[in-house]
Amino acid sequence: MYINDDLARLPPVAQLVVIGNGMAAMRTVEELLKHEGGKRYRITVFGAEPHVNYNRIMLSSVLAGDKQLDEIVINPRQWYEENGIRLITGDEVTAIDRDARTVTSASGICVPYDRLLIATGSKPLAPRIPGLELPGVCAFRDIADVDKMLAAARTHKHAVVIGGGLLGLEAAWGLRQRGMSVALVHLMPTLMERQLDAAAGQLLQRELDRRGIAFFTEGQTKEIGGVDHAERVLLEDGREIPADLVVLAIGIRPRIELAVAAGLEINRGIVVGDDMRTSDPDIFAVGECVEHRGQVFGLVAPIWDQAKVCGARLAGDQAAIFASKALSTSLKITGVDVFSAGALMAADASDEEITLRDESNGVYKKIVLRDGRLVGVVLYGHVVDGQWYLKLMRDKEDVSALRERLVFGKAFAEAESGGAQAVDYEAMPDDTQICGCNGVCKGDIVKAIRTLKLTTLSEVRAHTKASASCGQCTGQVEQILAYAAGVDARATKKTVCDCTEADHDEVRAAIRTQQLKSMDAVRTALGWKKPEGCHKCRPALNYYLLCAWPGEYRDDASSRFVNERLHANIQKDGTYSVVPRMWGGLTTPAELHAIADVAEKFHIPTVKVTGGQRIDLLGVKKEDLPAVWSDLGQAGLVSGHAYAKGLRTVKTCVGKEWCRFGTQDSTGLGVKLEKMCWGSWTPHKVKFAVSGCPRNCAEASIKDLGVICIDAGYDILVGGNGGVDLRATDLLVRVSSEDEVLQYAGAFMQLYREEAHYMERSAPWVARVGIDYVKRRLVEDAEGREQLCQRFLYSQTFARIDPWHERASGAAAAAFQPLPEVAGALA
Amino acid sequence: MNAHDWKNIGPLESIPRSGSRRLCLRQAGRPIAVFRTRDDEVFALIDECPHKKGPLSEGIVSGKTVTCPLHNWGIALDSGEAVAPDEGRAGSIPLRVVDGNIHVYLPEPAVEAIA
Repeated sequence: MYINDDLARLPPVAQLVVIGNGMAAMRTVEELLKHEGGKRYRITVFGAEPHVNYNRIMLSSVLAGDKQLDEIVINPRQWYEENGIRLITGDEVTAIDRDARTVTSASGICVPYDRLLIATGSKPLAPRIPGLELPGVCAFRDIADVDKMLAAARTHKHAVVIGGGLLGLEAAWGLRQRGMSVALVHLMPTLMERQLDAAAGQLLQRELDRRGIAFFTEGQTKEIGGVDHAERVLLEDGREIPADLVVLAIGIRPRIELAVAAGLEINRGIVVGDDMRTSDPDIFAVGECVEHRGQVFGLVAPIWDQAKVCGARLAGDQAAIFASKALSTSLKITGVDVFSAGALMAADASDEEITLRDESNGVYKKIVLRDGRLVGVVLYGHVVDGQWYLKLMRDKEDVSALRERLVFGKAFAEAESGGAQAVDYEAMPDDTQICGCNGVCKGDIVKAIRTLKLTTLSEVRAHTKASASCGQCTGQVEQILAYAAGVDARATKKTVCDCTEADHDEVRAAIRTQQLKSMDAVRTALGWKKPEGCHKCRPALNYYLLCAWPGEYRDDASSRFVNERLHANIQKDGTYSVVPRMWGGLTTPAELHAIADVAEKFHIPTVKVTGGQRIDLLGVKKEDLPAVWSDLGQAGLVSGHAYAKGLRTVKTCVGKEWCRFGTQDSTGLGVKLEKMCWGSWTPHKVKFAVSGCPRNCAEASIKDLGVICIDAGYDILVGGNGGVDLRATDLLVRVSSEDEVLQYAGAFMQLYREEAHYMERSAPWVARVGIDYVKRRLVEDAEGREQLCQRFLYSQTFARIDPWHERASGAAAAAFQPLPEVAGALA
Repeated sequence: MNAHDWKNIGPLESIPRSGSRRLCLRQAGRPIAVFRTRDDEVFALIDECPHKKGPLSEGIVSGKTVTCPLHNWGIALDSGEAVAPDEGRAGSIPLRVVDGNIHVYLPEPAVEAIA
């Protein structure tokens, strides 16, 4: 099986000594043990650290609290025992005697070898500055460092990380997660400059800045100051940063002292050939300590490849060859997605760079092409296609045919290129569910498209129901359509519905400019195909007219979905749910009594506290609704509009009135916002929240409008939502008074009401128009903001009416009562 | 069709325009949805969508079609047939308007007739 000349030189039971118990070393041993030839070795492993083999890469996750130490152990002691490996931990090898073929450890243990594997890894680089010896200064390399950092985080406040590369950023984020105030000093103008171009580096810095890390870029550290403990970091330019903990993460250097002393060939690292042998054929080396064809290694992927080759070689396979491949980097910071591989930018004029930049979504993509081939990619924010790009690079595939689409990612590039795209959906199993709402699988969609010869998205929707509910899977359905029928659904215009050729913006513009004030007028003016429209366009037109002509246009109940018509949410059994408004989440004993009494009186089966700080009464019979509302109304409770495309809840925390961290009266502000905005109709539902401090207990950063109180005032955030397509808010502006918050809220509501498409939440709307646009309209244009707010308040004079009170008083009574019963029976 | 099998269920105006109300039967059986179009045509269907039995009486009425509130199936008011490409049928109940009052055809069940 193997060409065993190499092993023939070995005794029947050969001694393998491994210097190093890290990831590269043990992966090599694992690889070796997979081979028959591996069985003839007696293996001894020396580890300088007192631990078993663990995943060093995950130290960042341990620091950040995402993982426990025991979760990052790769091989427990039992594994060493089971494989007959002698493990000597906490004892560093101090000498290799190549003549005697022995290694000797610090404690004096001397072990003979027939084959030696050096995997001493790397050591952190330290700048040549005063103060490195002070307690409170450490690297970020091993478990002992993490222990120091965690101990500091428990008792101290200020951390300074020196180095804005991968490791430094992960250290900074971990310490921030542990509650420290963190400053990061970086020599270069942008972060991770070896893996990211300037644009992506800046996006990354902005995001981490938002998360509370202070950056000192172009910062050359001069000195770590302190008497008997680190106290501050001094920069060359005179800046001074307080520091109880200083973490050095400026880079690593192969740990080669042993190999140097043993007289092996050394350059930057221990020089190895393609067979992972050093200049001594009985001595192998792998990992961060080696240099292969001029390259040293700091990432795990090529080291796994080295381990594989080295293990095979040790087992006698003389064909195994290590070749360095294109590498990729990613950053382990929760919620920050960064990926890079290959060239960061065009090397010369014949190279091409293609860039996609979507500021408001925090997405940046750049690809570098050379001679029709991908040679580099930098992704920020949306990295799912990273491995796909990497494969294109490694395979040196000709991507000329994909050139225009490549930057948009795999799905888009392949969906449009015929052949390649067929692979993906072809390979997807037929029972893969595409539409979660309606339970439609890929096979159903493809079958419908092919047998019924469907060519448009709306046809596919009609026949399969895929993407007909929440619409999240629309993109996928379009791609399947492209795959199965070769049709590009995206090229077709998004009309309001099949009744018209007009899109939402055209309809809104026509209503305004042509002064159209009824649905019939709109349908006539725009040449509607069906005189009465359909269930899609009627609610949209009704809303657009209501928004455009407050006080003039009369709401059309028959164009409203049942929940909005009946002011309650229909449940699957045909009963309804009732959610009274609790202003800012506040309630009183009297209100709670009223709710309890109603629940008992009407035998309401389920009473539930909602996520929006209110109480939901579920299982109310339709005909009981007016009576339920009447009883609730007696106690002063009004509709919570939990059924409406309008303001739902304003979630608040208790704020400074009670909370020791509270900076402002968040509850009071929430109540004011809710009193101002309740009853309004909007394109889709709207949720607010007000948090009293940056701990953000009210989850304001996933609301349509969120306010986070700070000492100096209020941060106003917009365009977030939870749900299927989670989106965090964008910061709109920081203001200093409640009145300003109220004006911005009113103006934001009105801008959203006037410009978003019906059924479009504020999150996709802000994503579509861009936060910069919203800022231009609301922040930079003070007069426009004032006018928007005035228009909102004017329209609110017609809207702040409790629909429950009206109906409890007899309005629309017939809508809640069935016709009088008649004699008869139906099978 | 016996005359007494036609039940007067009240004036046309008791049904909202472009809307519907539910009619329950005293003896047994599934409820009926009585629809009135914008042009004052009236129709009656079993109040169950052929798809998942959604209450058609709560749907939006456009022209001679109602859209089920649960999953947006379109149902033709005159025949009860689902609008293509959906397939299925809601039972249709004969109905007529006499002197402004709506009468639906509900023959007395056989058991009652014997009793």
